Amino acid sequence: MRIVASLKIAGRALRRNKMRSLLTMLGIIIGVGAVIGSVSLTSGATKQVEDQVSSLGESVITVFSGNFTSGAMRGGWGSAPTLTVADTLAIAGLKNVVAVSPEVRDRAQVLANGLNWNTQVMGESPDYPQIRNWGVASGAMFSDQDVRSIAKTAVIGKTVADQLFPNENPIGQTIRIRNLPFLIVGVLAPKGFNLFGQDQDDTVVVPYSSHMHRITTRTFVNSILVQAANDKVIDSVQNDITDLLRARHRSKEQDFTVRNQLELMQAVTATSRAMSFLLAGVAAVSLVVGGIGIMNIMLVSVTERTREIGIRMAVGARAADILVQFLIEAVTLSAIGGSIGIIGGVSFSEIVAYFKDMPTVTPVLWIAIAFVSSAVIGIISGFYPAWKASKLDPIDALRYE
Amino acid sequence: MQTHPVIKLADIHKVYHTGEVDVHAVRGISLEVFPGEFVALMGASGSGKSTLMNMIGALDRPSGGSYLLDGIDVSTLDRDALADVRNEKIGFVFQGFNLLSRTSALENVEMPMQYNRHRIQSHEQRERALAALELVGLGPRADHHPNQLSGGQQQRVAIARALVNRPSLLLADEPTGNLDSQTSIEIMGVFQKLNDQGITIVMVTHELDVARFTKRMVILRDGKIVTDEAVQNRSVAEKELQRLRQEQQAVQLAS
Repeated sequence: MRIVASLKIAGRALRRNKMRSLLTMLGIIIGVGAVIGSVSLTSGATKQVEDQVSSLGESVITVFSGNFTSGAMRGGWGSAPTLTVADTLAIAGLKNVVAVSPEVRDRAQVLANGLNWNTQVMGESPDYPQIRNWGVASGAMFSDQDVRSIAKTAVIGKTVADQLFPNENPIGQTIRIRNLPFLIVGVLAPKGFNLFGQDQDDTVVVPYSSHMHRITTRTFVNSILVQAANDKVIDSVQNDITDLLRARHRSKEQDFTVRNQLELMQAVTATSRAMSFLLAGVAAVSLVVGGIGIMNIMLVSVTERTREIGIRMAVGARAADILVQFLIEAVTLSAIGGSIGIIGGVSFSEIVAYFKDMPTVTPVLWIAIAFVSSAVIGIISGFYPAWKASKLDPIDALRYE
Repeated sequence: MQTHPVIKLADIHKVYHTGEVDVHAVRGISLEVFPGEFVALMGASGSGKSTLMNMIGALDRPSGGSYLLDGIDVSTLDRDALADVRNEKIGFVFQGFNLLSRTSALENVEMPMQYNRHRIQSHEQRERALAALELVGLGPRADHHPNQLSGGQQQRVAIARALVNRPSLLLADEPTGNLDSQTSIEIMGVFQKLNDQGITIVMVTHELDVARFTKRMVILRDGKIVTDEAVQNRSVAEKELQRLRQEQQAVQLAS
């Protein structure tokens, strides 16, 4: 018996009871649709978070200075004067460390071009774009020479460039920070918002030496950015940094905190993995329920069509022909249900994404899984009714009223 | 007449084990049917004719004895082999037509070819089905569904379906049981025409009127053959129809 002929018979049988077929499929449609829809939305959200985490840089370890307590005055991370440029240079000498940047932060009103703007002024090393995985869109990063010579050079973020130099090329222009003229040598590529909702492009980056000697007068840095060679050595580098700084600071209490990107990433992926398991569970339950519905209807269908089975057997259908016919019918039912569910789920997530302005990722893998598993459900739930049909005795089946 | 019989039954027995009592439905029947014969199997209900018919039709296996259909020993075949025999050697015509509703006459006739072990191309299936419908006088109604056809027309579709795989034997079970007398004669006319073309037909019936259209009458009682004789004064469908029309006219004139 040809598959095409079986498909035709199956199609006709399903069209005969349109309402019943639709209701039977509904279990699969709702299950698959719900899973695909929610996976699209959650994986969109997860991807957004992951993008933000990786926008902080790859294999990056951040050393914060410790909590600050002086008499009754207390401050959080990065406020205690414990980390120095010398610490940074010592860290740079450690194994598997490829780049370091001492970070000094301050907010300031900057002026240029007759306009002014309040922004974050950061003191960094020339390694900063590499560590943060942040390209320089035009111009260039300031150099080590600029750091050594405490040069008045600056690289500005996209937001600052847009605010102070609308429709103008900022490179070669002067920006005044605390009334000191800095030469703009580069504009950073747009990076967007970070995990905490801050506009990362709203920044001016200057050599840390210039920041510490010209803009502010500080001897301590807020934090130190360290890039490890790769994610595998990140833990050992982190331990080395801790040991090194403990030895250098000779303090009883640890006066600094070391954090790495991987920890943040792991926290995010753990959440999304838990979500995936939950969705898979929901999917499995709904598919089983849908499968039971299909089996139920197929059993009814076999009983209703006992006479047809008898006729087919009388004219020479083998048991296997009957089995295949009903199996194909069940699989057609579940596969159509699965397909409608997939289409429904994807459109649902697209509609939500459109109105709620949420990112979605069309989960190709999940679509494949959903389609295959609905087909498999069709085979499993269709097998018993089909087997029952194929075992009918042709004489009894022909006599069935 | 050839020496090679289409049906060769030798001492066939059939016992049903239902409940505590064994029912001996067929008790030692031997029968030979040669190509081109037109046989009526007759008998009251309980005479074993349906059981015999199921065995001849390869729907059931005998409990004892041997059955050669077109030279094949059917009594030893398994389920799948029996299905293949039914497909290739036998065409069934039933009392209740047994057409698939909601499929056209053409598709009903094509259906047995879908189960043919020798794959038949779909255009050939169509041609053969149309030719079979033509043969029974239903060519123009190939696209009609069973519920759009009269009883006689439905039975013609069933006959076309039985013929489409070019079987060695046409097996009819009370083919006129659901039809009025005029349509019955028409259907018997179809059978006579087919038989004239050399098709072997075995028909189960309990009506003597119907049996008179055949060439040979086999009467069963209590699972045994009691009479096996050639039909005397054989009815010819055309003449019978003519006579029926004259009678009807006479009735109309009288009223």
